[in-house]
Amino acid sequence: MTRDVLGMGVTHFRDAVAANELRVTEAVDASFVRAGEVGAGRDGLNAILWSDEEASHREAAALSKRVERSVGARPTHGSGTELLGVPVAVKDNIATLTLPTTCGSRILGGYVSPFEATVVSRLRAAGAVVVAKTNMDEFAMGSSTENSAYGPTRNPLDRTRVPGGSSGGSAAAVAAGVVRVALGSETGGSVRQPAAFCGIVGVKPTYGRVSRYGLVAFASSLDQVGVFGATVDDAAAVMEVIAGRDVLDSTTPPEPAVPPYRAAAHESVQGLVVGRPKEYFPSSLDPRIRERCDRALHVLEGLGATVKEVSLKHTDLAIPVYYIVAPAEASSNLARFDGARYGLRVHGDGLRGMYEATRSAGFGPEVTRRILLGTYVLSAGYYDAYYKKAQEVRALIAGDFASVFAGRVDVLFTPTTPTPAFPLGAKSDPYEMYLSDIFTATANLAGVPAMSVPIGRVDGLPVGGQLIANHFREDTMFRAAYALERALGQEAHR
Amino acid sequence: MAVTENDVRHVAALARVGLPAARVPELVAELNRILDHMDVLSQVDTAAVQPVAGVAAGGAPLRVDGGPQIALARSRDAFVPQTRDGFILVPRLATHEEAPASAADAADLRDAGGAGGGVPS
Repeated sequence: MTRDVLGMGVTHFRDAVAANELRVTEAVDASFVRAGEVGAGRDGLNAILWSDEEASHREAAALSKRVERSVGARPTHGSGTELLGVPVAVKDNIATLTLPTTCGSRILGGYVSPFEATVVSRLRAAGAVVVAKTNMDEFAMGSSTENSAYGPTRNPLDRTRVPGGSSGGSAAAVAAGVVRVALGSETGGSVRQPAAFCGIVGVKPTYGRVSRYGLVAFASSLDQVGVFGATVDDAAAVMEVIAGRDVLDSTTPPEPAVPPYRAAAHESVQGLVVGRPKEYFPSSLDPRIRERCDRALHVLEGLGATVKEVSLKHTDLAIPVYYIVAPAEASSNLARFDGARYGLRVHGDGLRGMYEATRSAGFGPEVTRRILLGTYVLSAGYYDAYYKKAQEVRALIAGDFASVFAGRVDVLFTPTTPTPAFPLGAKSDPYEMYLSDIFTATANLAGVPAMSVPIGRVDGLPVGGQLIANHFREDTMFRAAYALERALGQEAHR
Repeated sequence: MAVTENDVRHVAALARVGLPAARVPELVAELNRILDHMDVLSQVDTAAVQPVAGVAAGGAPLRVDGGPQIALARSRDAFVPQTRDGFILVPRLATHEEAPASAADAADLRDAGGAGGGVPS
């Protein structure tokens, strides 16, 4: 009888391998079979851009020595067995050594990194195997994964719709059952929004909790590596492995220490104070999404939590602030892609001509638009009116969160997105697309951790509930998320 | 503050992005539509607010200069578009943009193999 190894939680799979009940290669091999069945590649979902089945199988087979070591031993942190044989998909802006890292862009077409991201090194050190690099909006600029130079990704639950973005390929790979866990990146909601659209779990850690070394920079004051999981436990298991100090990223502090997220998630929510920020429930919110959120809050109350109405009064300013700060930082970060040192080179008139021809041919329309917008708001005469003003209002947004958490609120609950997944091609106006991030960009601006969990469906499409905690309190966030997941059960997926 | 065609051409030059002429008026319209939504910020009283550039715990500490050496897994030749004698080869600066590239430069580049990077077809 064929065992559904991809239906097992990642720690259950790891335990079965350690007990010699399953081969260490089994989940990796099953992942490639599943990718073929669902059409995860270019001609189907277009979730996976790059993979190498033979190399991944070899890497998994080489873990057999660790299996011998793991038999009867606890998979403690640093044992090298925490994710033994677990297949993982990685967004295409996170550096890997053997597969390309193109950021979904023509300008990095064919580029294979000469170094590896810390998060990938940590996953591999724990026994995980990278099986795929996943599609994304070019340089993570987008909310639908339609901006990829390699074509759009489709939502596995309804292939006429987007999976969200910018980490849509990773979300689609998890939702299609190709992998249980995947890495994405967050700048304004690029993990939580696709997680909501695809009916899975998506985590954005506190700014500084996870190393960004090897994550291609978009907006450095906002960027974080994030995690997708089929369940809260799967995501927490990956977070335990990748979180913590990295000397290669000076924004990762040594303190506070990384708590055991999985164990924390299993603690009771009795006495937990859940804030319901009124600005995230405007009168224009789809009543069916409001109803799913209210149901989730009632569930948490039933488990002993207290729900408290709170206010984050600068919420409606988050999108204008975000779309000044992020393009400004992007215009600087993307200056390095000029044809000189890596990637595409297109010859023009002299050195400057090469820069302009390379960047014109290499960047897609949305990236070009944001580079110009960012250059404009930083340019002489406009800096104070736009960029400095946005930095000031960002301080107000961060202050809103600080006040709420200082007022004895443990975690906030909101809808992750104002709508479920929309049809491919439905949003042609850039600003309309930017509004997809309206409930998620605030957490990036404030640097606090946030995650999306499935809380039901509308017209068959998933709805995500967002949990936001104070800095470095991912443990509290996981506790509320796990309680909600367990209590809702299958109701979260219908 | 409406963006003009001159503004678009100016920031494109600053950003080293070549723009086809037909794209300029489109970008004027697109950027103005976006910036219209940003004007709401001008109405927020921030007189007593210190701007924040980031939200890292403890600010943005500098890494110790001379930190760990990261050995590259492959040589520069594997990812640099053009090299010669161990150096990265780029077109001549063309005397600070004013003069056209010399014929010798163009010949150098042709000899070195033209476009690099390997965009998948």
